[in-house]
Amino acid sequence: MTYMSDSADMEKFYRRVALIRINDDRAVATIKAGRLVMPYYSPRGQEIIPAALSMHLDDEDYIATIYRGIHDMLAKGMPPKLLWAEIAGRATGTCKGKGGPMHLTYPPKGIMVTTGIVGSSMPIANGLAWASLLEGDSRVTVAYFGDGASNIGAFHESLNLAAVWKLPVIFVCQNNRFGEHSRMDRTTSVARIADRAGSYGMPGLHVDGNDPVAMFEAAGEAVARARAGGGPTLIEAVTFRFNGHVFGDADEYIDKAEKAAAIAADPVPRFRRWLIDQGYLTASALDEIDAEITEEINAAVEFALASPFPDLVELKRDVVADEVV
Amino acid sequence: MTKADTVTMVDAINLALGDAMADDAKVILLGEDIADPEGGGVAKTTKGLSTRFGELRVKSTPIAEQAIVGAAIGASLRGYKPVAEIMLMNFTTVAMDMIVNHAAKLRFMSGGQTNVPIVIRTMTGAGRQTGGQHADYLEAWFAHVAGLKIVAPATPADAYGLLRSCIDDQDPCLFIENVPLLWTRGPRPETGLRVPIGQAKILREGGDLTIISYSRVANAALAAANAAAERGISVEVIDLRTIAPWDKQTVLASVAKTRRAIVAHEAPRSFGVGAEIAAVIQEEIGDLLRSVMRLGAPDCPVPFSKPLEQAFMLDQDDISAAIDAAVQKR
Repeated sequence: MTYMSDSADMEKFYRRVALIRINDDRAVATIKAGRLVMPYYSPRGQEIIPAALSMHLDDEDYIATIYRGIHDMLAKGMPPKLLWAEIAGRATGTCKGKGGPMHLTYPPKGIMVTTGIVGSSMPIANGLAWASLLEGDSRVTVAYFGDGASNIGAFHESLNLAAVWKLPVIFVCQNNRFGEHSRMDRTTSVARIADRAGSYGMPGLHVDGNDPVAMFEAAGEAVARARAGGGPTLIEAVTFRFNGHVFGDADEYIDKAEKAAAIAADPVPRFRRWLIDQGYLTASALDEIDAEITEEINAAVEFALASPFPDLVELKRDVVADEVV
Repeated sequence: MTKADTVTMVDAINLALGDAMADDAKVILLGEDIADPEGGGVAKTTKGLSTRFGELRVKSTPIAEQAIVGAAIGASLRGYKPVAEIMLMNFTTVAMDMIVNHAAKLRFMSGGQTNVPIVIRTMTGAGRQTGGQHADYLEAWFAHVAGLKIVAPATPADAYGLLRSCIDDQDPCLFIENVPLLWTRGPRPETGLRVPIGQAKILREGGDLTIISYSRVANAALAAANAAAERGISVEVIDLRTIAPWDKQTVLASVAKTRRAIVAHEAPRSFGVGAEIAAVIQEEIGDLLRSVMRLGAPDCPVPFSKPLEQAFMLDQDDISAAIDAAVQKR
């Protein structure tokens, strides 16, 4: 993939990053204000990774993601209104309020599965990718997961199968250094998860997931390989989660200095400054984008909270094709 | 009936898969050893299919059950109709997350935006001294999960017709093959036959007692009923064929007539499918009942040693004894 040089591309990239950031701020504020009750796994701090991936994806490409995956979905095109109505449990949500924040789905943009089970995005991503071989199309599938998931059996089964079948799939490990409350070095046998790719005969890329250029290039390389029939890639994108495992987590297991340093290196303002310094976009242009997104999210929140809850008959619907008697 | 008019259960399943693949290019197969270079399956159930339809549609897999079921789910989300073979039912335990948390629930959790039209074929059953981890009937586990359909044929023709219906179905189906029945013969099914999911078959009509069963034990129940007729006891035998959703209408109509019911299966009696059916009979038509009984295996793992295995397996004699005990009850 060529180095991004175009201001229009940079604007698209920044829009995704800003959307994730502003949406997260709003989610935290809405929960804190008592207007919304849900288990919330904030992606704050991990914005760059899916934004960079999605720069290389079309609507026809697929993602399978996990409970900490709202950033992945927003980057792939999930409409904020449908997302907010879903996380508020409303009938107007993308899953009619029946999935919630851990099971958001939106096939029109290729958002096929969101799982609440660690590691389970990967086996399903392989099937989405197998269908590309059957169809003879060039669609690719991205499986998102965390560092903790690299220790579960599904990771190893999936990487092996993807390599043996040469599937057009990209395994993106968002290594935020903690699996639930456990530091990676206390649970994981390797310092670099990307090294595990070698065990499965596929390329493994270790990249600073908070560096937009490095992340964009790694994503581009992996997507191009998959589209060209070159098979799967494991990308380990190193990052940090600012808001703990789940909303309300006091983060006592994280070293205070480590957390402070990570937050000081917040990738979002860093990207912003870089865009201005490099002359891609002006501060006022970026402010305008932020204001536009803020307005869109505000409208989504109000739409969601004003929407009706699902009818109780929904308990009988979508269990199987026919309504349950 | 000449041999040409009959097929084995293995033949019937092979025919169903081949006919379904010929009819619909979206039907694809995956599983351990299923392609011809690996012998067409350990029971040769898929023999010839990879040669006929190509190895992109008939894929041998690593021994990795989560990966197998996951790949089936993913392909189904794109409109394919994968039939995954999980060689033995005990091996489904390795893929429980994919089956229970994903295949069964994606339609509901997505609010109907996605569905998972997969079939999982799996073999099981005691009788071949395979011991504690190769012969369990785990259907009650799956029947407890909303969103899964479970079928368990007792004859080659039903195997063909149920498998075709499972492949047609828009939701995940578990297709249970009984190992000792795989090489038994029965009438050749008509090409294209469908046995509707959820429809039981009355194998024998009777007025004194109803036996409700499925898979291998349905055949044992029929033999016991035929023997009971010689003792002057008239037994109606129902082969459920589908365990979930089971055919309440047929069962309740029969038991309302006979007023006595025995539910019989190979799985352990405790917390089994028999308990559910007995409870529903009691709730729906309890006023009419004289007796309801459950028959199943004792609460122990499937044993290896032949006498233990034989004692473990519900057979015709066990069912005959239960018939006699039931009709003596007021």
